[in-house]
Amino acid sequence: MVMFFRNFLNKLLKNFFNKKKHIKLGLYGPPNGGKSTLANKICVDWLGEEMSSVSHIAHETREINIKEQVNIKNKKGRELTFSLVDTPGIATRIDFEDFVKKGMKTGKAKKRAKEATKGIIDAIKWLDTMDSVVIVLDSTQDPFSQVNITIIGNLQARNIPVLIVANKVDLKKSNLDRVKSAFPQYPVIGVSAKYGKNIKQFYENLFKLVK
Amino acid sequence: MVTFQFIPYQEIEYLSSAKRVNKLLNVVKNNKIVIMEGRLKKQEEADLIEITMEEITPKFRGIEISVVNPDKGKFGGMKKVKAGFVGMLLGDRQGMTIIGPASIVKKIEQNPNKIELFTRENKRKRNGKK
Repeated sequence: MVMFFRNFLNKLLKNFFNKKKHIKLGLYGPPNGGKSTLANKICVDWLGEEMSSVSHIAHETREINIKEQVNIKNKKGRELTFSLVDTPGIATRIDFEDFVKKGMKTGKAKKRAKEATKGIIDAIKWLDTMDSVVIVLDSTQDPFSQVNITIIGNLQARNIPVLIVANKVDLKKSNLDRVKSAFPQYPVIGVSAKYGKNIKQFYENLFKLVK
Repeated sequence: MVTFQFIPYQEIEYLSSAKRVNKLLNVVKNNKIVIMEGRLKKQEEADLIEITMEEITPKFRGIEISVVNPDKGKFGGMKKVKAGFVGMLLGDRQGMTIIGPASIVKKIEQNPNKIELFTRENKRKRNGKK
């Protein structure tokens, strides 16, 4: 009985203090899913400026980028303020030759590969510090990759709320249903971060995610 | 030639998380494909990615990993209860984990009834060099 009240009280206090403090919203996912494009869309919409550089070559984001005090509003006038954390794409392999194939010089490609490995380590370390996470997946790709399952499994184990964004729905090869069927236990929303498709619906979902 | 090394769960059962991950990674770094009985814990999977990244060099370019796990979600009613009970008894011993070096394994695809492991072509052989 004493334990029950102690746990209840702890939970109550935790919730009370959590609400007001800094909410960290992380963007996670595999490389080239569109995390930075989505981060830029959010920042342009609500702050009037971009936060990250984007590229068609994987691992463009190799450091954690944070935009503090992003304030969004919904139709009902509710406001939500959070720190937006754009993370490097998580992968199990980094091959500098992949960058060379994209036209990069060997030295630069090796440097990029080294920075990318460090970025992945940082992204995993930062998982613990997130309050809520948006997983950004490329909806034209197979969602059943072990990296996706590992990221989501780790968030679940840490009780961190998750919203899955199936990005690039503007592309012909996009398959939103496949992403939904891969993760039936999570809310999935299809967007095009590049063109802003469904972005209002995405913001509404953020209010449900970050309570 | 591709070499597979089977690791029974009992071989890693009593190892610490760090030792488990290192054991698997050492096999993979010797250009072998690990077929492990059971699966790692979620945190260990993340650790495996993290440690793999620390070890990346121009020669070792990472890993490909796939976990085959009985999908509890597709069962209903009594079968679900049974699957849950079996899961409780076996824990992480259920299923199978495949880990291969990225220099050999291009990708591992899981279909409901089969696992497809795509290997990389050996450039030297293809070009007729020794």
